[in-house]
Amino acid sequence: MGIISSGFHGKRPSGNPALPPGQYETASFPVLSAGPAPHIPQNDWEFFITTEAGRRHAWSWEAFMDLPQVDVPTDIHCVTSWSKLGTTWRGVSLDTLFEDVETSCGYTTAHSYGGYTTNVPLPDLLGGRSWVVWEFDGEPLERAHGGPARLLVPHLYFWKSAKWVNGLELTPADIPGFWESNGYHVHGDPWREERYS
Amino acid sequence: MTGLWRVAEVVSGVPESETSRTIGLRVDGLMGNLAGQHIDIRLTADDGYSAVRSYSVATAGMDELLEITVDELPDGEVSPYLVRDVAIGDQLEIRGPVGGWFVWRPTDTNPVQLIAGGSGIVPLMSMIRAHEASENPSQFRLLYSLKSPRAGFYREELLTLSRESRKLTVDYVYTREAPPGWPAAPQRLTAEVLLASILPADPAPDIFICGQTVFVETVAEWLVQAGYPAASIKTERFGGTGGTR
Repeated sequence: MGIISSGFHGKRPSGNPALPPGQYETASFPVLSAGPAPHIPQNDWEFFITTEAGRRHAWSWEAFMDLPQVDVPTDIHCVTSWSKLGTTWRGVSLDTLFEDVETSCGYTTAHSYGGYTTNVPLPDLLGGRSWVVWEFDGEPLERAHGGPARLLVPHLYFWKSAKWVNGLELTPADIPGFWESNGYHVHGDPWREERYS
Repeated sequence: MTGLWRVAEVVSGVPESETSRTIGLRVDGLMGNLAGQHIDIRLTADDGYSAVRSYSVATAGMDELLEITVDELPDGEVSPYLVRDVAIGDQLEIRGPVGGWFVWRPTDTNPVQLIAGGSGIVPLMSMIRAHEASENPSQFRLLYSLKSPRAGFYREELLTLSRESRKLTVDYVYTREAPPGWPAAPQRLTAEVLLASILPADPAPDIFICGQTVFVETVAEWLVQAGYPAASIKTERFGGTGGTR
């Protein structure tokens, strides 16, 4: 145990096993991003996956909406210490999007409209662990929260769930993205408190 | 990896406004911080329960010393203790300083526009202080949006700087209550007032905006619409949780 602050009691919302270490629960949905939120009309939106062989898989909004849509109930954990429990999202599983993708790469870089990037190992995206989502708690995803669509990788800190996502680039090596180059952990597992580099 | 927790000693505590306090910390072995970075503070109760929050650093490059200014949030968990209870000589645990994006470096050459909403002034003040302490000749301008004069942080220092510094201009907007004799009635910040109170879009300044989410979203949107390049705008947000920064 570290330094004791006498007279500090705290609010003790926890004891909740759904909260990773060092996290507290919030009912609101804070916004954290590095710059202005881009405007992306659905008609201009697409989602791509590019492979090391130069193959480009891409879906327009319409084609994306024709894919199987699933509801995703999950908790989300921000590196700034808040967690939001019991959220529900709707979108397309990355397993679906990767069905026809052939690659031997082990890593990806997610690219967002506006230039944001974040790196995620491919195994963290597959096996029912990540989605491209366009609905939050039954409503279309607000622009401030990444609308029209964002990546959702809820088992990693929430900066990995790239807002305004545009696509995934498969990479042979793990290349640090935006926050990962600015002091944050290259992987970001909240249960291991992988916050900072 | 969790980053390294280290012990900080409280070396000063001065009220900054009716609801806030500036706390000086000394951290053995700390090699200063970049202007705009934040630290995490961990408080631990006597039964082992602990809580962590992030606070922007108000100073820059002071070796083992740094200052934070904490605004007490009505329903806060950590901020009431830091504003009311912590005493000089107490020890706290900190992690960081952290962050390589929302920072200003003395080697940066562009003019800089700072836009603060309320306690969002804190990381921007560290940039002002770093700039003033450096030989960097670039122009800085601060727009500080405040509920009332009493809510202002660093009032004397900003007043002195705005009189004496050749490279800093300070503008205020009061949203609920203006000082006696102030030329404008209190009002919410508008796009017109904003654009009249900041550096022009050409040449594009580096812009740092910090405040509550709605303030930051709104201001960033107005700037993009007015032709400021989105890539030149860096934002830092807090609020919504009553918790972070």
